Amino acid sequence: MSEASAVVQLSSVTKRFEQQEVLREFSLSIHDGEFFTILGPSGCGKTTILRLIAGFEHADSGQVIIDGTDVSTLGAEKRSVNTVFQSYALFPHLTVFENVAFGLRMARVARTEIESRVKEVLEMVQLGDFAQRRPEQLSGGQRQRVAIARAVVNRPKVLLLDESLSALDYQLRLKMQSELKHLQRQLGITFVYVTHDQEEALSMSDRILVMHQGQPQQVGTPRQIYESPRNLFVASFIGETNVLNAKILRALDDYRYEAELEGRYQRIIHADRRYQPGDDVHVLLRPEDLRIEYLRDAGDKPGFVGEVKDRNYTGRTLDSIIELPDGLQLRSSEFFDEDDPDFDYSINERVWVDWVHGWEHVIPAENLNR
Amino acid sequence: MKPLSRLRVSGLSGLGLLLAGLVYLWLYLPIMLLVMNSFNASKYGHSWQGFSWKWYEKLWGNSALIEAFTNSLTIASLAATGATLLGALLALSLHRYRFRLRKLSSGLVFVVLMSPDIVLAITFLIVFMALGIQLGFWSLLIAHITFCLPFVVITLYAQLRSFDPYLFEAAQDLGAPESAIFTRIVLPMLRPAIAASWLLSFTLSLDDVIISSFVTGPGYEILPIRVFSMVKVGVSPEVNVLATLLILISLVLVCLVPWLLKRKA
Repeated sequence: MSEASAVVQLSSVTKRFEQQEVLREFSLSIHDGEFFTILGPSGCGKTTILRLIAGFEHADSGQVIIDGTDVSTLGAEKRSVNTVFQSYALFPHLTVFENVAFGLRMARVARTEIESRVKEVLEMVQLGDFAQRRPEQLSGGQRQRVAIARAVVNRPKVLLLDESLSALDYQLRLKMQSELKHLQRQLGITFVYVTHDQEEALSMSDRILVMHQGQPQQVGTPRQIYESPRNLFVASFIGETNVLNAKILRALDDYRYEAELEGRYQRIIHADRRYQPGDDVHVLLRPEDLRIEYLRDAGDKPGFVGEVKDRNYTGRTLDSIIELPDGLQLRSSEFFDEDDPDFDYSINERVWVDWVHGWEHVIPAENLNR
Repeated sequence: MKPLSRLRVSGLSGLGLLLAGLVYLWLYLPIMLLVMNSFNASKYGHSWQGFSWKWYEKLWGNSALIEAFTNSLTIASLAATGATLLGALLALSLHRYRFRLRKLSSGLVFVVLMSPDIVLAITFLIVFMALGIQLGFWSLLIAHITFCLPFVVITLYAQLRSFDPYLFEAAQDLGAPESAIFTRIVLPMLRPAIAASWLLSFTLSLDDVIISSFVTGPGYEILPIRVFSMVKVGVSPEVNVLATLLILISLVLVCLVPWLLKRKA
């Protein structure tokens, strides 16, 4: 996408706390109207990015541009973005109505307009009947909605959400995830969501930025991030992955190579970029990319033969760990087949394993013990 | 299992009740005697000679005592107001700003809190004499404000620390400048603690004898000192009446403070 449609832009931002550099020469561009998620483990700098956009922190160098205006030196009260805090930070001495009206009062919006806009937004988050309650009289999910209402009533260009669902229990979180997404479509506001929960990131986002130790790892759609992770960190942080070390032997054509896996299996792999013979690579296989068959059914098809070390019934899937003769363990996850309800393995049973060719993802080798 | 344990608890609580009763008797017997004596028709509290309001009437007629009482109330309310204002400023700046010597300045507050009254009293006296301040109303007021200040700072600072720090950021995020954050968020949320600090200062000031006796002059007499000089020549029934009234006032204040603090959110 072109730069023109960027509603938030960070260019070459460096941020230090005390002596510690949290972000260095960091750049980011968030498109107008998208649901953008910053995903990473704690301490990766994701919250700092959010706070830089909100205006609670100021960059040591670099620029923050919101809606085409350089706001690098402006305080949070002067930026057209609003934040939904992890703790919700509702004003305990004010009613729900007054909490939501706060931003409008600060902007000196006319009394009658405040009335109607607050009502409208409370209806939207299904809290129309709760206007006169105090925050302490609300449940966690309701507080969450008040926090969202309090932010969106100001019609910000961008809504920033800091781990906003992490305080809720699992069921409620799932419900709020879909509500958030729905709300975002309905309002057409850009959402910037910060989380360490990869499942949440995958299910809600248009695009995800994966962060690690202050460094951006990959930006892409959930599908790109999941199916074509750019490096081992992204692959292992998002979902489970089997990592096989391989060496390219020769190219068959532009994207197919003969490779030696784990020093002993010669197989054909599909890559999305060019490699030279002798290059070290990782072959990444998601558990659901693997196929397991009973030895008697497999015949002498090419594949691995290994022993089932563990099997775990999850309801929808059967997750197994298969150990290959050299000790390498592969994790697989298979959906149940309606036609074969009893399929199951016994521990230590020898089985045939292969992956669905073309589903593997190949990346250049990294030193694992970095 | 259940009935047994309940039995034990009730046995224990019977004993506990007795002990608690004894302790409260120990605490309140003198006060009860004093209150009773304020209604005793006898001039000397040795025997009960019938119910009477006469000491109350006599107190009402004792203009010197009444004047000392009004002086005390004046000093206490002014000192409480001054200490609350100054203390609030200090607590807010300790909480809001990260300045150099912040640790030191909060530590200094505790020093005043921990100092024995007699030390403070002498210190005040030396300062007032050095500055040439006439002992009387102003010296008394300044001293009272000073010894109430640490209690205010500690109460308010603790309350500020208990607030979610993101509240202030949330207000800023919603477009509130510093002044609006203060008037619309900090101040309303702090109001119960401010009231509590005021009442605390008020009572502290009202019953101070040691410091006051050093820093006041003959021109401005306050109640504790007046009473103190009165009882030197024997307890007058009027003093009983006065004490009863003061107990009543403290009782009201004691009930008010926790109620105010509980209403914080």
